[in-house]
Amino acid sequence: MKYYDKLIFELSRPGRIGYSLPDSFDAAKTDAATDEHFSAKRRCICGAAPQQLLRQSKLDLPEVSEVDVVRHYTNLSQMNFGVDTGFYPLGSCTMKYNPKINEEIANHPLFTGLHPLQPAETVKGAQEVIDGLDKALAAITGMKHFTFLPCAGAHGELTGLMLMREYHMARGDAARTKVIVPDSAHGTNPASAAVCGLEIVEVKSGADGLVDVESLKPLLGSDIAGIMMTNPNTLGLFERQIGEIAKLVHDCGGLLYYDGANMNPLLGKVRPGDMGFDIMQMNLHKTFSTPHGGGGPGSGPVGVGERVLPYLRIPQTSGFHGNFGVMLRAYAYILMLGKQNVKLAGPLAVLGANYIKESLKDCYKLPIPSVCKHEFVFDGLINDGAREGKAGATTLDVAKRLLDYGFHAPTIYFPLLFHQAIMIEPTETESLETLDEFIAVMRKIAAEAAEDPDILHGAPHNTPIGRPDETTAARNPILKA
Amino acid sequence: MAGFSYFPHTDDDIRVMLERAGVRNLDGLYSDVPADFIYQGEYDLPDAMSEQQVRDFFEKLGEKNTKLKVFVGQGAYDHYVPAVIPYITSRSEFLTAYTPYQCEISQGTLRYIFEWQSMICRLTGLDVSNASMYDGPSAAAEALRMAVASTRKRNKVIVSTKLMQNVLDVVKTYLKYPDIEVVFAWDVLDELGPDVAGVLVPSICRHGVIQDLTGYAEKVHEAGALLIEYCDPSALAVLKTPAEWGADIAVGDAQTLGMPICYGGPYAGFIACKQDYMRKIPGRIVGQSVDASGKRCFVLTLQAREQHIRREKATSNICSNESLMALWATVYLSLMGPEGLRKVNELSCAGAHYLYDELLKTGRFEEAFPGRPFLKEFCLKPKVDVAVLQQKLLDAGFFAALELDGYVTFCVTEKRTKEEIDALVAVVKEVAL
Amino acid sequence: MSKINDELLYSESHEWVKVDGNIAIIGVSDFAQEEMGDITYVDVPAEGDSVTKGEDFGALESVKASSELYSPVSGEVVAVNEELEDKPELINEDPYGAWIIKVEMSDKGELESLLSAAAYAEIAK
Repeated sequence: MKYYDKLIFELSRPGRIGYSLPDSFDAAKTDAATDEHFSAKRRCICGAAPQQLLRQSKLDLPEVSEVDVVRHYTNLSQMNFGVDTGFYPLGSCTMKYNPKINEEIANHPLFTGLHPLQPAETVKGAQEVIDGLDKALAAITGMKHFTFLPCAGAHGELTGLMLMREYHMARGDAARTKVIVPDSAHGTNPASAAVCGLEIVEVKSGADGLVDVESLKPLLGSDIAGIMMTNPNTLGLFERQIGEIAKLVHDCGGLLYYDGANMNPLLGKVRPGDMGFDIMQMNLHKTFSTPHGGGGPGSGPVGVGERVLPYLRIPQTSGFHGNFGVMLRAYAYILMLGKQNVKLAGPLAVLGANYIKESLKDCYKLPIPSVCKHEFVFDGLINDGAREGKAGATTLDVAKRLLDYGFHAPTIYFPLLFHQAIMIEPTETESLETLDEFIAVMRKIAAEAAEDPDILHGAPHNTPIGRPDETTAARNPILKA
Repeated sequence: MAGFSYFPHTDDDIRVMLERAGVRNLDGLYSDVPADFIYQGEYDLPDAMSEQQVRDFFEKLGEKNTKLKVFVGQGAYDHYVPAVIPYITSRSEFLTAYTPYQCEISQGTLRYIFEWQSMICRLTGLDVSNASMYDGPSAAAEALRMAVASTRKRNKVIVSTKLMQNVLDVVKTYLKYPDIEVVFAWDVLDELGPDVAGVLVPSICRHGVIQDLTGYAEKVHEAGALLIEYCDPSALAVLKTPAEWGADIAVGDAQTLGMPICYGGPYAGFIACKQDYMRKIPGRIVGQSVDASGKRCFVLTLQAREQHIRREKATSNICSNESLMALWATVYLSLMGPEGLRKVNELSCAGAHYLYDELLKTGRFEEAFPGRPFLKEFCLKPKVDVAVLQQKLLDAGFFAALELDGYVTFCVTEKRTKEEIDALVAVVKEVAL
Repeated sequence: MSKINDELLYSESHEWVKVDGNIAIIGVSDFAQEEMGDITYVDVPAEGDSVTKGEDFGALESVKASSELYSPVSGEVVAVNEELEDKPELINEDPYGAWIIKVEMSDKGELESLLSAAAYAEIAK
């Protein structure tokens, strides 16, 4: 990657243009210009609207040529690392390969040219996409039906929690305003609950990293709307007492919400509906291979079981039908998988995670040694190289050093249960050779740390920029050019 | 095992990996899952398809849709998409990257988000913007929550019923569950009071009329509330900006900045605010900094507002946004520049007024809002059977004359040619009076 | 080893209190600022707001963390250290000089439950 230090504004030259538009509305024909009903005055906005409604200030957008634009953004792209660049073992993010046929289909003009308010008889194909995806997700998850309005995982959580509230309100049980969230949960869980007006009650994890059922019991009561869980949890561990938890929560009148962010290891193996979950969101941009796009667009369809089905269409959380383009990609992926390959997706993802875990546990602290699912968490280096007058290498240092070796870093400092958390998720699309290369580099970094942690402290060295000054950026924010 | 192109494992690879993992077979990896929960059935999915079969499958589905000439807006506008945009946004370094948490290898994403934030600020005239929101309607809902968080002990918001229906629906949904009172009103200023935190108004109403917001900011601020303006960012090239009207927060949908209508998404919402409310803005923000050697660089900043740090006390639960669509808009605005964007508006405006005049000439409509200024979208009062009119238009390949509040609504973008408009008008003339 | 000012009272959540008649001057301890690292922003209440003992009245932010501030006493905020708005680093540099808010106490009896410097030293390790 090469450092490139321009902003598009800095390429601007007055009078240069990058657009190609007709000169005027009626350029092709001249008869309109002479049409008395089409007065020249009303053809421009100044004629159509009074002065006090018009922009007063100059609009300072870049004035650049088309080739300037293409080169600038191509240069920017070359400072970026994507799944197509290399291995991306980012825990809880499921950075699997994004198939290219999905892109072709999502960009097909017979879909991209549809207006969202077109009459039903003119969008039969689009509706079949949504219905087909609904049916497929229901089959995979054991839910009844999905709503596709949510545009991301957290958006799905919010929509799902609204459904939880609708369910209770419809039963005249509106006092249920507390939701139980494990301490290992993704940050979006408590945040979504808060946006939905729910109070958060935290339940502790036991020493084995699983929700402690005995701690859960006293929290259950007539004020509990439900529990939000991800299974496997953020430590990559299957909550094996989920059957009992489901029974306890249902018996107290609550519902179970499944955060589908960690669904990938269960793909083709275990269905949330069968575990007793009533509501879930599916992150199509994780489990169903749609590209993350540098942070969206995603799609977070919400599925429900029998209990909640009557309320599914109530929350209108986005403007039209959700991120249809993302749904097309996910559906294409599911059709490629089919009933045969789907059964291998989860198991191969789990296999890769366990392979890495077992290959590195002599160099990195493994707080919970049991078999993991799609991801697992190390708690820093076993030997961080700390010595008299020299600080040891931290998780941040390991992560930054990985960039030097051409890998994306794992998720770090999450979950919050461990101080030096390194969360690794390989996915099923990585080959044994790729995993071996990653393992070799992780071992090399551990050796470097033991020899001289300063090698890691200064990393990365081979990237377009070194470590940034984030403190000054936050104290004196510069947020626009 | 039979091969599958997305799974690189050979049988030998699996054997080696199982051995290292210390389990005998793939099922052994699920030994911690109670047997009851292992799905034993056949998944109710189609047989795996080859890539060509998938392509054919979607081709057939696509053909079941009807390609129409779009003369309706209502939140999704069929503007021209320059060829450069999909070319850039499909570069896999952008497309297949995650959120730019590792800034040293994400400067591409971080820089374009910084450019996007800058452009949104320049369009709206406001000080601070973020990395994008899901869409315009959800951005509007978040802005109202932001107003409540920014004012003390005020828990009521006023929402103009002049807003587009999908904005009203989403706002209503978002504010139903937390303890925020929402008043929907045609004349929002009549509802002001000491408990009001924010007032949401459109810059162009659902009927297409450009709004005169003279005096709004003064009255809203006098009442101690924030003024939030919902606007079309494309139109801000020509219309008075939220800052010029005195608004505190601006929101809207960036779909008009070169994104295909794509059956409703993905689009991108935007939000911008005055400096005073910087700490209350939801979602990711990119800031400028320097690296250890003094090189200019860009990082995610002010993260202590966000869910992954603040959890239930975060300003919002938003995590993923619509980053790639923000790139879409940024490339669009770079290509258009101030003149191009102005021209898009001029062409759309000219086409819309031409259609308006021609439709009136058919005698099949009356003016709905005589003398009120409009840009690219307008309403007329039909004098004919609307169902017949719509069907005739559909049969001729036009999506137009959507029913709205007893009127019919039309929209013309720069993509619509005079020939298309004349053809549409010819169809209208066939409808019996 | 963090510093402890012997003349102050402390809460278990690492705020310190200096009593000046009916006014409680509140800041955070050296231990708290060390735990936070470089402070980038201090979220404070407005003058006139009321605070309640044990409830949060604001927060400290660093690049990667946020920590709530809990009021050691109840009462009304009568002053806010506005210097912290532009210079949050003052808390890192001089935690016992950089006060955050001043509160007119509604119940001076609440002071009795606060920790002495010696007792706090046991916690701040």
